[in-house]
Amino acid sequence: MKKSSLEAIAYANGMGGEVTAIAMGDVESTELSGLGNYGATKVLHASDAKLNERVSSAYATVLASAMDHVGANTLVLANSSLGGPVSAQIAIKKDASLVSNVVELPDTSAGFLVKRSIYTGKAFATVSMDKENKILAIKKNAAEVKETGGTASVESFDVALSDDNFKVKIISTDKTTGEILLPEAELVVSGGRGLKGPENWGMIEDLAKALGAATGCSKPVSDMDWRPHHEHVGQTGVKVSPNLYIAIGISGAIQHLAGVNSSKYIVVINKDEEAPFFKAADYGIVGDAFEVVPKLTEAIKAANS
Amino acid sequence: MKILVCITHVPDTTSKIAFTDGDTKFDATGVQFIIGPYDDYALARAVELKEQLGGTITALNVGGTETEPTIRKALAIGADDAVRVNADPTDSLFVAQQIAAVAKDGAYDMILMGRESIDFNGGMVHGMVGELLGIPSVSPVMTLEIEGSTAKMTREIEGGKESIELALPFVAGCQEPIAEWKIPNMRGIMSARSKPLNVVEPVDVAQGATLSKFELPAAKGGVKMINADNVQELVDLLKNEAKVI
Repeated sequence: MKKSSLEAIAYANGMGGEVTAIAMGDVESTELSGLGNYGATKVLHASDAKLNERVSSAYATVLASAMDHVGANTLVLANSSLGGPVSAQIAIKKDASLVSNVVELPDTSAGFLVKRSIYTGKAFATVSMDKENKILAIKKNAAEVKETGGTASVESFDVALSDDNFKVKIISTDKTTGEILLPEAELVVSGGRGLKGPENWGMIEDLAKALGAATGCSKPVSDMDWRPHHEHVGQTGVKVSPNLYIAIGISGAIQHLAGVNSSKYIVVINKDEEAPFFKAADYGIVGDAFEVVPKLTEAIKAANS
Repeated sequence: MKILVCITHVPDTTSKIAFTDGDTKFDATGVQFIIGPYDDYALARAVELKEQLGGTITALNVGGTETEPTIRKALAIGADDAVRVNADPTDSLFVAQQIAAVAKDGAYDMILMGRESIDFNGGMVHGMVGELLGIPSVSPVMTLEIEGSTAKMTREIEGGKESIELALPFVAGCQEPIAEWKIPNMRGIMSARSKPLNVVEPVDVAQGATLSKFELPAAKGGVKMINADNVQELVDLLKNEAKVI
């Protein structure tokens, strides 16, 4: 199970009340019942093979009827490339208040107030969700995944899906496998123009491998096609919220900072001591990446062995 | 091709974010407003598709009179006409219903907008508009080609992308590298002054969520500098102080 899904369950569990989780498509039965250990009391399984294609309109249809089925008025899901579009469609189907990028549990002492990230992580807004039905598309780290030791009953849940649900046809998917996905990563190693060329990315990958981190890059690097666009971290790229973000050879333009400002700790390695990124960092090293990074990789390997 | 492009009027990406009125209002003092960067990509692709296939582009903004210079810029870049729905864009559900109300009788072949605004970053309006109009929506769209009545797109997903086909009409939330931003030329700027900018009043719909207050994140403590010859110290700090590795 994706951590973001477990965080959604943990978030719902944190709100109190009965939590029903729903899984779509082919999912192992042990994985389904295992969700009890994370706070779900019931698991609905919509096993229609058509749902293996991640078409948002089909998922929205199934989720809206699942809400009706269990009488739920609140839906929590991870704001991902699938969860986002699905949330928007259900909000209309259910005439719901919808808030995305929610960062912490709601305050229900008077009404229903939630805090969300805005201005690309540069600020927060607390908003009141006034409709009976509520959808919360949560941001990474909005809730802490905890093992509760609970058990969940698994129920099969089938919804008739028509062609109307599949107007969007997914022809092919091109996805890196076996790597840690950047939006979900706890540790990120990111490289910028200071690395001088795509041929030098080996040392970024080596450090990432030693840490068990995902790799990212700055916008110029992705614009020059040194790295694929899905690795671009920043205002118009991926926004990350890892525990540790290591920026190597990235000066720290405000647009890049917008993508990393919800990281818990930031390490900046740059040969220019005036690089603005140092102002946003927790730890900094002024030095040549080509010397510092291999030494750091070795030190991490040694510390882990 | 009849294209509707929805644009947001947002602070420039380099703006310092601050609030006034007891943290209930954005402090616009000294802030420059721009077409949302993602919306700018959508508009640029619309201009290219119009060049390729013919047709018209209507720019739409939900906002007060202060957004008109931003709308004029969209006209200068290549929209043929514009609509401003005279209301504050405070909530995605509210904005989506305003867009749907404008679009429903417009027979648009496609409705393009950015994947998200860069002020509230909701990323929900395109999906809501599609659902309200009963047409498919896709986001975030990285490439968009039209072949007859079929749209071919690539959509970014975590760790990669997917290729998608669907029939027109549709709603798309756009992002780079769908097109290069277009800078208005002098002819565009001159002609934008006389292009129609129609102001319509909002339809009466409920907000999905209402603002209680804004807040800035806690300031970061200072950076701890480590000598380049002593990477071991960094490893120790990450292990024992930050406890992240």
